[in-house]
Amino acid sequence: MLRIHKAPMLAGALLILFFPWIARQLPTISHYPDLMVFAGIYTLITLGLSLLMGYAGQISLGHAAFFGIGAYVSGVLSTQFDCNPWLGMLLGAAVAAMVAVIVGAPSLKLRGHYLAMATLAFGIIVNIVFREEARWTGGPDGMIGIPGLSLFGLALDSAEKYYYLVWGIVAAVFLFSVNLIQSPAGRALRAIHASEAAAAAMGIPIARYKVIVFAYSAVLGSLAGSLYAHYMNFINPATFDLFFSIKLVIMIALGGMHSIWGALVGAIIVAFLSLEWLHYFEEFEVVVYGAILLLVTIFMPEGLVGAPAKLMARMRR
Amino acid sequence: MAAESVQDPILEIEELVMAFGGLTALMNIDLCVPRGRIKAVIGPNGAGKTTLFNIITGVFPPTEGLIRFNGRAISGCKPHHIAALGISRTFQTVELFNNMTVLENVMTGRHLRIRSSFFGSGLALPSLRRQEKGLVEQAMALLEFIGLAAKRDIMADALPLGERKILEIGRALATDPQLVCLDEPAAGLNETETEAAAHLIQAIRQKGITVLLVEHDMKMIMDISDEIAVLNYGEKIAEGTPREIQNNPLVIEAYLGQGGGFDIR
Ligand SMILES: Nc1ncnc2c1ncn2[C@@H]1O[C@H](COP(=O)(O)OP(=O)(O)O)[C@@H](O)[C@H]1O
Ligand SMILES: [Mg+2]
Repeated sequence: MLRIHKAPMLAGALLILFFPWIARQLPTISHYPDLMVFAGIYTLITLGLSLLMGYAGQISLGHAAFFGIGAYVSGVLSTQFDCNPWLGMLLGAAVAAMVAVIVGAPSLKLRGHYLAMATLAFGIIVNIVFREEARWTGGPDGMIGIPGLSLFGLALDSAEKYYYLVWGIVAAVFLFSVNLIQSPAGRALRAIHASEAAAAAMGIPIARYKVIVFAYSAVLGSLAGSLYAHYMNFINPATFDLFFSIKLVIMIALGGMHSIWGALVGAIIVAFLSLEWLHYFEEFEVVVYGAILLLVTIFMPEGLVGAPAKLMARMRR
Repeated sequence: MAAESVQDPILEIEELVMAFGGLTALMNIDLCVPRGRIKAVIGPNGAGKTTLFNIITGVFPPTEGLIRFNGRAISGCKPHHIAALGISRTFQTVELFNNMTVLENVMTGRHLRIRSSFFGSGLALPSLRRQEKGLVEQAMALLEFIGLAAKRDIMADALPLGERKILEIGRALATDPQLVCLDEPAAGLNETETEAAAHLIQAIRQKGITVLLVEHDMKMIMDISDEIAVLNYGEKIAEGTPREIQNNPLVIEAYLGQGGGFDIR
């Protein structure tokens, strides 16, 4: 039976907890907590995407849109309406959930390529809205002056403080997802992935589950976007474009789509690749991602997290 | 005919028509399934048997006609509603959840009979955790019944075909159905496996569950069915007891027309 073991989770939690301290001891990686803020933000999105794509088997090529919706709702509300950032974050999540239900209800009836196309188109349209609604969004130039966050009067004004906020949220969402996967609802999602006909015959309301998991992944994307906006204090549409949607897919493919751990591993690796290690490649960055996706698809269809088990199985044979 | 004299029908089908574009897969079918019995639907390939199952279980709405389950009209309802009312099924093409173990397949079959809130599950509410324990016990009891308890932790797609078919029946039973529709449960099975399947189907009947059975294995059909309906090119050409069907000239002709591939006796 599918069991997600507790020991690695505990080890991961300890590592996350002490990482900033470790980074402080080593000058070469002293800026890593800043990178890990972005890694955590990406992980929030991929945790939702992994449930949607890996477990429920529904493709989305438009999740940058939800990331953007969170960022822009937070940005607009906090700069133009003086709205409390936390409230803005909640409202962003609510908007994302609503959009997900409206877009998802018809699209999720589609399968495979058609669903991929529908979500891709959705992502492109939302990005155009960010660019064109300049009155609100600042257009292609984006918007500046988005305030930072503070918690119980404490301003989260350093990378390290923000790191703990982001990774605290990631940990909570991770636990939620782990519980979900090991529950009847999680089995229902996996059943839909394996056979919609059989899932329906077992009384599982397929359409409802698909929309719920789509909305759940949208809400996580939106939360990530809000956290991003309040950390960067600046956003522009290029961050939320089609390429980012595809990068998200690369993250879960690289990490391993069929495991919740894959979402975490893939997001961290791609965050470090894009923000640190691939700088030298400049415009060839895209080529590198293409190569990664190709190699993973061919040689590691189960991703990094699934690779050891696969290798062991092969050696035993 | 036998069908008209049924006292307590669990399923009644009246003047059912199913057209796919220009092709009429089912023409004016009347069918009655008596409660607690094994009713077989036989007929050559392409006769419309699977289509009949798909309509009963709500995969598509019929072009015309009425289906009543326990006296209540169900034609046009969604599959998960029909499952909730107490009709379950297996598939001719074996549709197991291959990404799950044997045990999980049966547990998933219990979906209708348990609580499964998305957010409650995520929050790991204590009541849901307790439920999960009970669920494993219920699923294990079912695996004992179908004889697959020892395979509980094997992935469904790693089972041989015979056991896959049995597991699919077990999963269908997990929904606590009043009626199970079995689409060719013995197809591809060897003689011993077929016999085991026949025993299982009889044990299901013994539990008081009505069985609607599509099958090509004539020995099995004649041995365990209480009543048989025969479809040919979307039409019901005969209905009756196994003995009546065996001696029906129309049926013999329909099967001989298939090139003698089936021996009705
Ligand atoms: N979804 C469908 N769309 C179009 N034609 C179909 C569909 N399902 C079945 N048919 C056609 O209906 C006829 C009956 O098929 P089926 O019910 O599968 O027969 P059986 O199960 O008796 O072998 C066949 O001619 C088949 O091609
Ligand atoms: Mg068939």
